[in-house]
Amino acid sequence: MTMTDNTPLLEIQNLTRRYPSPDGGEPLTVFENANFDINRGEFVCIIGHSGCGKSTILNVLAGLDTATSGVVSMEGREIGGPGLERGVVFQNYSLLPWMSALKNVMFGVKARYPDWTRKQVRDHSYKHLEMVGLGQGSEKRKPSQLSGGMRQRVSIARAFAIQPKLLLLDEPFGALDALTRGTIQDELIRVWSGSDQTVFMITHDVDEAILLADRILLMSNGPFATVAESVVIDIPRPRRRADIIHDSAYYPIRNHLVDFLTTRSRELSQAENRKNTRNQKPLTVHPGLTGSDEAHTTQPEPPADNNPPSLTMLTGTQP
Amino acid sequence: MIASRYKAPLLSVLLLLSLLGIWEALTPAVKSAEDMTEYELLMGGASEEARVPPPSAIIVKAFEELSNPVYDNGPNDKGIGIQIAYSLYRVLTGYLLAALLALPIGFLIGMSPLAYKTLDPFIQVLRPISPLAWMPLALFIIQDSEASAIFVIFICSIWPMLINTAFGVANVRKDWINVARTHELGNLRTALSVILPAAAPTILTGMRISIGIAWLVIVAAEMLVGGTGIGYYVWNEWNNLDLTSVIFSILVIGVVGMLLDALFARVQSAVQYQE
Repeated sequence: MTMTDNTPLLEIQNLTRRYPSPDGGEPLTVFENANFDINRGEFVCIIGHSGCGKSTILNVLAGLDTATSGVVSMEGREIGGPGLERGVVFQNYSLLPWMSALKNVMFGVKARYPDWTRKQVRDHSYKHLEMVGLGQGSEKRKPSQLSGGMRQRVSIARAFAIQPKLLLLDEPFGALDALTRGTIQDELIRVWSGSDQTVFMITHDVDEAILLADRILLMSNGPFATVAESVVIDIPRPRRRADIIHDSAYYPIRNHLVDFLTTRSRELSQAENRKNTRNQKPLTVHPGLTGSDEAHTTQPEPPADNNPPSLTMLTGTQP
Repeated sequence: MIASRYKAPLLSVLLLLSLLGIWEALTPAVKSAEDMTEYELLMGGASEEARVPPPSAIIVKAFEELSNPVYDNGPNDKGIGIQIAYSLYRVLTGYLLAALLALPIGFLIGMSPLAYKTLDPFIQVLRPISPLAWMPLALFIIQDSEASAIFVIFICSIWPMLINTAFGVANVRKDWINVARTHELGNLRTALSVILPAAAPTILTGMRISIGIAWLVIVAAEMLVGGTGIGYYVWNEWNNLDLTSVIFSILVIGVVGMLLDALFARVQSAVQYQE
């Protein structure tokens, strides 16, 4: 949230992914010309239907995958491969099953701080396990002896323990039941607010995104998906799950998101509505602020009159 | 609970005892030497010559042999312990040499599709060759029967280890490799701290299959090269027409093979993990 430095941490320019067609015809374009920035300390969620390529975008940011074209740069340097300044939490936990929970965290810490003594590594790892509510013996268990929620906690502890500049979360709660998900969301938000961690997270859950994010990027449907909108969540922090639904901004934001996902994400990717987003940042909208739509729709570059008329009905309806 | 735990072992013992009882009962009684005519004695009790000895005779023989396992009365009379030791020495030497070659090459094949495609035709042709088919060539080239036996063990134990290592390494979950990549682990560190433990159960399975095959093959190899070892012992006792010793040594081969397998099963369960 705090932006001491005005240059964004991460800049994504015209990111495009195409798959060559097997019979040599037109290649399949999953997404094209995705442009967005992530600022330091910001918590950004990305939402879109399956097949829009959001996982690919995250993997490109992680350096595990490559795009067909476009540039991803972090602090001005292009990302060319995986690195310790970017931590990743995968949906399927990705813990090494032959190691205990503590050893899994230590594995990351040792890689990040090779000069540390074993005790330093151990203490640092244990501290981060405690931050997500593990410890008192459960750190000695192997992943197979932990519940799904506990495994994901270990995974989050490992990611935070290496103190990356950017934390990438690929639907981290997707495989968890609703109750566990709620608890771990709370833990994530607690750990995050105690740090200046920048987070980029994929989710399918609108309420989760509103609870966690400073900003939500909305992707239209694939093929020919793109990052269509950047929705600012104008709800003050600290946010609590129980209180947040009473905030006057909550339902306008939620309706806006749901409206996008149910209707407009599909319309936007139909051939006749598709617009060229090359070098264009997504439209920034503030559905949580009351008042006229135009007043809170900011589009730094290019000027607003570049937007097709269909995009003027952007803000959500009141409940 | 206790009853169900002991049920299977109890039935095993009962089955063994009844089979031995049937075997014993089917064996005709041996005429004592006093009852035989001089001619019968000269012919070694001719009509019953080819009889299979009863289990009681084998138990007596086993007791004799096992109470003094390491005596050495010259090339044709060595204790069972010495013969087993010779066989184990050959098996373990050939097996370790095979492991030294198979594990690194298997790793390479598993990690590099190019290496896999290059070496696959060779493996596919060499693998189905019966290890004993190499024997004449080995004897001619190595010119030493001892080393040739070890070579035969080497060549038969290499394939399961090689193939299983390659398979295990190639099938390490992509997620775990990604964990190594996102933590900037170098190739060697990734191989040792992620791929090796991940593939260890599969590799150990291959090693366990290999030791089993090596123990099968050593008996046949020693029958060919002669001199020492449990395989030679079996064949030597057959030439002596001492079927009691033959059956006793067959049992010993089985028990040692079982112990070798149990040893590897232990190591295997130590590296096993649950996803």
